[in-house]
Amino acid sequence: MGNLLYTVLVISGLGALLALLLFLVAKKFKVEEDPRIDEVEKKLPGANCGGCGFAGCRGMAEALVKEDDISSLYCPVGGGECMKLIAAYLGKVAAEKEPQVAVVRCAGSCENRPRTNVYDGATSCAVAASLYAGNTGCAFGCIGLGDCVAKCDFGALKMNPETGLPEVDEEKCTACGACVKACPKIVIELRKKAPKGRKIYVSCVNKDKGAVARKACKVACIGCGKCAKVCAHGAITVENNLAYIDYTKCKFCRKCVAECPTGAIVEFGFPARKPAAEVKPEAPKAAPAPEKVEAPKAEVNVEVKETAKTE
Amino acid sequence: MKTFPIGGIHPSDNKQYSKGAAIERFPLPKVVVIPLAQHIGAPAVACVAKGDKVLAGQVIGTAGGFVSSNIHSSVSGTVTAVDAKADAQGLMKPCVTIAVEGDEWVEGVDLSDTLIKNINLEAKDIVAKVTEMGIVGMGGATFPTHVKLSVPPGKKAECLIINAVECEPYLTADYRVMLEKGEELLVGARILAKAIGVDKIYIGVENNKPDAIAALKKLAATYVEIEVVPLKMRYPQGGEKQLIAAVTGRQVPSGGLPIDVGAVVQNVGTALAVYEAVMKNKPLVERVVTVTGSTLASPKNLLVRVGTPMSELIEYCGGLEGVGKVVAGGPMMGRAVSNIDAPVTKGTSGVLLIPTAESLRQKPDTCIRCAKCVEACPMGLEPYLLSKMSKKEMYDECESHNIADCIECGCCTFSCPAYLPLLDWLRIGKGEVMKRMRARAAAKK
Ligand code: SF4
Ligand code: SF4
Ligand code: SF4
Ligand code: SF4
Repeated sequence: MGNLLYTVLVISGLGALLALLLFLVAKKFKVEEDPRIDEVEKKLPGANCGGCGFAGCRGMAEALVKEDDISSLYCPVGGGECMKLIAAYLGKVAAEKEPQVAVVRCAGSCENRPRTNVYDGATSCAVAASLYAGNTGCAFGCIGLGDCVAKCDFGALKMNPETGLPEVDEEKCTACGACVKACPKIVIELRKKAPKGRKIYVSCVNKDKGAVARKACKVACIGCGKCAKVCAHGAITVENNLAYIDYTKCKFCRKCVAECPTGAIVEFGFPARKPAAEVKPEAPKAAPAPEKVEAPKAEVNVEVKETAKTE
Repeated sequence: MKTFPIGGIHPSDNKQYSKGAAIERFPLPKVVVIPLAQHIGAPAVACVAKGDKVLAGQVIGTAGGFVSSNIHSSVSGTVTAVDAKADAQGLMKPCVTIAVEGDEWVEGVDLSDTLIKNINLEAKDIVAKVTEMGIVGMGGATFPTHVKLSVPPGKKAECLIINAVECEPYLTADYRVMLEKGEELLVGARILAKAIGVDKIYIGVENNKPDAIAALKKLAATYVEIEVVPLKMRYPQGGEKQLIAAVTGRQVPSGGLPIDVGAVVQNVGTALAVYEAVMKNKPLVERVVTVTGSTLASPKNLLVRVGTPMSELIEYCGGLEGVGKVVAGGPMMGRAVSNIDAPVTKGTSGVLLIPTAESLRQKPDTCIRCAKCVEACPMGLEPYLLSKMSKKEMYDECESHNIADCIECGCCTFSCPAYLPLLDWLRIGKGEVMKRMRARAAAKK
């Protein structure tokens, strides 16, 4: 019994002594850290996605506290709100950026873009892209092996097995840009996020000459320039046989969408237009209307379906 | 019998299909598409325009730098386009398209079969000739030959090794050259030796070609400096570092070059091309291509003009029936072809047709840590680990585990019982690490 008591006393005494020692050492060598870093970190979303360019939110918080000019720092996940809050807390001026959203600029589904060969290497867009032009006639478009999906920390991207293309969930996308970096074909772009999920963009990245592009994919941009001509706001430029819509200039008039002969320009989030006379907008699953021979118009039907979903 | 010290595999050599077929001249195609980048390094710059008349052997693209190579027309005719055309992988590359009209050569090219043995040119003139005639390594890597012949200051070449291993299964182009053009090959080797100033030439041949060994030994008897070295069959013996180790017993250090151990390696096809360039004034515009596969009616070894579409060769040898995959080069290091209308280039050693049943890879499983890949790697790497690191983008670790040493031989993928695409991932990591190393080297300068 005496032995046991002795042991307990010695161990507890030793414990207390070491604790005191640790306390003193911690006191003496304490690294003075700006307490504001913790506060700022709390205000950041805590996603640790790297969208800001730092390894995690802590790194960003340190930079925000340290730098005098924080206009080059931006957390896409928290967005303008969050940046304003932090700037107010730190008494600095925050960068202002429009909210953005990831957009997949390729509509080369299995139906639109016939597969010409079978790829059986490692399941990775980066690997496939390093080996060859891809399993369709289009060397520019989405490979569909989902590198972007794997990189999205927010579950905003998923592969549509029917089209073989990734799809963005606007609600979840934080515009962190991880998918943009992951895509070896530069198919994904961050574009302005408009109310009601409205979007107009050229859903194609093919820079081949028109005939080649068209042969490879029904909905390819053939670089005809009709859209650029019809745009009253000078938002469209055609370079290397490919049209691009500058979202800072686009006024959402939708003239280009109607003009594009291949249906390469797509719109989302708009009410169905009257003159287009969709025969049965209530039954979007129906086959393309009989008078429409060209497949691209079928794509319009798909858009209508999307519209119905987002609205 | 000699061979390299570590790793390696023994795939069945499958040379029986085309081995007995003597080299046959492939008829001139109607149109040739000649890529301006048929070599490692900067692409050549086109010096002809649409509508120009060209002769066979005429320069149509001038080297775009030191590590680059001249491109010559392989036919006579009219240039119909200078633009981008899809290569065998479907990627657009700058090319010169020529409609063939007859077969007229530029002046000064000796097309006869007369053997010329006396080497009159000085070393630097040989290198100049090799540069002018657009000679590149013809084993598949297509490294410009004049660069290899320009021994860097401070280094000294001690021996020339002729790579007559042809360790890739199926291919028999080099083998046929050894049997049919042995004399020219030996003279070519002596020219190369003179260019780098060495008086020892080894010719490494694997023992699955006993007749080639015998034939070369007989011819080499008249030259004291040439030694034919029979090697035990094993893949990848044709890798530069493996061949040097097999023949001389010397190890090229990690990150080093063959010249660091005094060796210069040249392929059989290259030696023949050098002979023709130096002795006959003939630029590199044609090469022997093995067209083979178990489905083909008549596999052949064809002497083909550069720029001829692969599809024509396939048609000539029996067509695509029952074929699931076409490979340019051998089955180990060759590349699958997604566009069979792509042209034969200076580096096309073979066109291999794989039957449908064998064409797809097996479904990959998880790594069972059997270390078969480690055992197979001739560079002493740990492929299972490197491929994982590369997949996880751990490039610093990739670098410290010597990913840059990988010679992309594919032994690891070949041996993996879980069918993991190890090399697919390794290549990504290697590419990234090499990029970083180059950036660092540039920053230092
Ligand atoms: S979709 Fe792209 S930008 Fe949006 S959250 Fe996912 S990875 Fe980030
Ligand atoms: S968008 Fe890019 S990363 Fe995503 S599946 Fe397509 S090619 Fe791959
Ligand atoms: S491919 Fe690279 S890692 Fe694989 S066995 Fe060959 S050298 Fe080793
Ligand atoms: S051979 Fe395949 S299964 Fe075996 S250790 Fe290497 S990667 Fe793993």
